[in-house]
Amino acid sequence: MEDNKIIGVLSFQGSVEEHLAALEELPGVTGVPVKTREVLKQVDGLILPGGESTTIGKLLGIFGLLEPLRQRILQGMPVWGTCAGMILLAKDVVGEAPHLGVMDISVRRNAYGTQLDSFQATAPVSEISDAPIPLVFIRAPWVERAWGSAKPLLTLDGHIVAVRQDNMLATSFHPELTGDRSVYRYFRNMIG
Amino acid sequence: MDLQVYERNKNLAQMLKGGVIMDVTNAKEAKIAQEAGAVAVMALERVPSDIRKQGGVARMSDPKMIKEIQAAVTIPVMAKARIGHTAEAQILEALGVDYIDESEVLTPADDCYHLNKFDFKVPFVCGARNLGEALRRIGEGASMIRTKGEAGTGNVVEAVRHMRTMMAAIRKLQNMPHEELMTFAKENGAPYDLVVYVAQHGKLPVVNFAAGGVATPADAALMMQLGSEGVFVGSGIFKSQNPEKMARAIVKATAFYNDPKVLAEVSEGLGEAMRGIELSQIPEQERYADRGW
Repeated sequence: MEDNKIIGVLSFQGSVEEHLAALEELPGVTGVPVKTREVLKQVDGLILPGGESTTIGKLLGIFGLLEPLRQRILQGMPVWGTCAGMILLAKDVVGEAPHLGVMDISVRRNAYGTQLDSFQATAPVSEISDAPIPLVFIRAPWVERAWGSAKPLLTLDGHIVAVRQDNMLATSFHPELTGDRSVYRYFRNMIG
Repeated sequence: MDLQVYERNKNLAQMLKGGVIMDVTNAKEAKIAQEAGAVAVMALERVPSDIRKQGGVARMSDPKMIKEIQAAVTIPVMAKARIGHTAEAQILEALGVDYIDESEVLTPADDCYHLNKFDFKVPFVCGARNLGEALRRIGEGASMIRTKGEAGTGNVVEAVRHMRTMMAAIRKLQNMPHEELMTFAKENGAPYDLVVYVAQHGKLPVVNFAAGGVATPADAALMMQLGSEGVFVGSGIFKSQNPEKMARAIVKATAFYNDPKVLAEVSEGLGEAMRGIELSQIPEQERYADRGW
């Protein structure tokens, strides 16, 4: 029996419940909402959910989580950002100041356009799943550039939409909005 | 609208959960709202309290103003169309707004029928006073619901009443034996399949926000405590003494609605909130919540 791991979901705003519900389906995992430094200290890994990156970024600063979270990530805590979470991780955000600024990627917000341009697709992500997985993009960002040890995991229509860099994972799409759990299993394995 | 589009439209509302959507009347206010941490802005020409004061017919906003707001912010931009006004909704869709509010705050264009929102690709949010009304709007294709409250009053009592009414009906349905659901659907004018959904899941099939009378951080926290998944603030921000400060405080209070210490901190020294109106002073025919059917 593997050790049980605690995976936090940053829970200021956005698709928090959806991520927590998905974590409940995973064996060997307990999901907890994270809003304070005290709870942040207890988690083995953290998911930054979809939502509005400007809102979540501001609340991280206001409630004193920005620096402690950045330190934990730099010390190797596995972290996974979906959509807004990808923007929070990026070292460069086109047209605005970065938030956590830990991942060697440059991200463009609302890259596909407005809600009318949101879309769905399916594709296999070789490192994560041999079978195609459903990908839901909601006013999604894309990665313009990845450098250093940041490695693109999926490129769709010429744009990078999933990246792994050591203990960090970022996806433009929202696995929490589908029934497919392969990205969660992949992230669980990143925790060890 | 195909089912995948409808799913994505519901998904966008899920991304707004736990957040505050603010009414703004120009690009400058939109930037203040975004800077304060709003998850979306609602572009409209006059905030509800001014519509109430000035009277006359309230219509969709000038596309020029909506475009300026779209250019000014990166968060989603919503805009209001009159109830049943297909052409206004088509115009807003052509402008590429992220959400349309088919809103009772504007003067209704049709006194019998709401829009068939499945005719559009753009998502809709609609107001409701009770579960039956919410499920009728969802049946027409709304991908997000908000309580109506009584907009432009700065008085939260109607929003509370509508949220409590909706939540009480949901709790009642959860405990109802299956054979009673059809009669519930009939008595509440709600589509049967959606009644069954609510009975099985204990929640609406779409995200449910509070609106109509939220004027302080404590009001926002109250609505969240009653089960709302986020809040719309109309006149409450830009009709207060210090909009920047009020906006930031309401954002924090919505995220930390169950932490009284944070609520106490953010409520301090905000200056005057908007001047409210006691409901009994509003004549029946001037109540926005009664618009829509």
